[in-house]
Amino acid sequence: MNFRIIYALICRYLFLYTRNWVRLAEVVFWPTMELVTWGFFTMYLKQDAGASTPMAVSWLLGGVIFWDVMFRSQQGVAISFLEDVWTKNLLNIFVAPVRPVEYLCAAFGVGFVRIAVTVIILTVLSYSLYSWNLLALRGSLVPFFGCLLVFGWSIGIFATSLIMRYGQAAESLAWAIPFLIQPLTAVYYPVSVMPSAVQWVALSLPSTHVFEGMRQGLETGTFSWPHFGWAVGLNVVWMSVSGLFYAWNLGIVREKGLLAKVATS
Amino acid sequence: MSDEVIEARELKKTFGETVALESLTFTLRRNEIVGLLGVNGAGKTTALNILLGLTTPTSGSMLVFGKEFAPNRIEILKRTNFASAYVSLPGNLTVGQNLWTFAKIYGVKNHKEKIKALLELLEIPHLRDRTTGQLSAGEATRVQLCKAFLNDPELLMLDEPTASLDPDIADKVRKFVRRRQQEQGTAILYTSHNMRDIEEVCDRIIFIHKGKVVTEGTPQDVVSKFKSDSLEDVFIQIARSEDLAGLLGEVKK
Repeated sequence: MNFRIIYALICRYLFLYTRNWVRLAEVVFWPTMELVTWGFFTMYLKQDAGASTPMAVSWLLGGVIFWDVMFRSQQGVAISFLEDVWTKNLLNIFVAPVRPVEYLCAAFGVGFVRIAVTVIILTVLSYSLYSWNLLALRGSLVPFFGCLLVFGWSIGIFATSLIMRYGQAAESLAWAIPFLIQPLTAVYYPVSVMPSAVQWVALSLPSTHVFEGMRQGLETGTFSWPHFGWAVGLNVVWMSVSGLFYAWNLGIVREKGLLAKVATS
Repeated sequence: MSDEVIEARELKKTFGETVALESLTFTLRRNEIVGLLGVNGAGKTTALNILLGLTTPTSGSMLVFGKEFAPNRIEILKRTNFASAYVSLPGNLTVGQNLWTFAKIYGVKNHKEKIKALLELLEIPHLRDRTTGQLSAGEATRVQLCKAFLNDPELLMLDEPTASLDPDIADKVRKFVRRRQQEQGTAILYTSHNMRDIEEVCDRIIFIHKGKVVTEGTPQDVVSKFKSDSLEDVFIQIARSEDLAGLLGEVKK
């Protein structure tokens, strides 16, 4: 693995953000809108049903921020690839001495930067608008964010593999896949409220354990080692499967000559 | 060091029932520009994609710098470069940012000096801070060429580099390619539908039709073999021939 190449690719994406204020605004706009909407909803819950749902504000605002970490991480990977498709630059990259793993690591890096910016903004906003402090999670924050970041990368790799294989027609998958996962991963409610048949699906997602762990952390102030352990273990499985899926699709794409078609479509 | 940069033997590519390339055998040597010609759908793009590692051949073998492509992909691509009229550099970035990125990717030493020198050679130093997406076709092509020569490639693939350029810029591009190739001994595979390009730039041509090599030689040899006035006439004869085997038989006599 060549870190010079990863650095160059990350810088290239960052150049893009510095030269296009619309793209920069997009990093801030959507998470802010989501936080504001859910924030007011939690305020309403707090006022009208305060005693019966004491943790509602924390659960919902925590859910919004944690969900955004995963969503932005996935988007960082998928959009990095789409950026090369949109700008017709994909062939320049794929005929350059860039290993697939270096390309993906650069996309991970971009995802990380996007998340760092998003989390800082959301933390400041949630504290100043709703007096809700994300940092109350203390030691749980970094390990759980790390798990969501890695799971977001895995989903991003899946989406990228499908776009690579099926072209821009599959572009909507980059946006849709996280929302297929959202109802299953218990972002805003505990797994226990789901039908029992769906619970095993939910628990096979690393993110579900992170959201469960986050709620436990907010409620009791303790770090949930079992949930963290499950999240790490499942991340290893999901990352391995998505990596294999990417490699398998790259082989098919090369065999069918689809890369040049996607790149010049 | 061996003179052969590419040795392709009976490369074949099928997509389901469709045979895109039936049997392509050719050699590209150092310090040589070979033109790959053919009508649309003849198999040029498939051949180029195989040679760039974008598509795997169904059968046949290909050695680049004397090595199998797939297991030595990165090592080969470090010594190779590519430019195409159908591929762009990210339009939102400046020319300088794009060239910096590729200089880093290819591990170009003294990249600042190298980029400056190439921009000057291509007569576009004033474009360094311009947004790539705002360049004219001629400027964008020259920036692509700048990227293509950044790593002093030993093997260069140029896919219709003068497409959509005015005669003045096209002439400048041809002269630049020829000059750099002579200075550096680069092996260049060149595709174009502009026969003027081919006659002026290429040492040798390979004519593909329906996935097969139908004729090859220097542009002058091919023109005289077909008893034509120009390469363009040869192109049209092959493209419109209903009895290609008969035409080729006549040529051989």
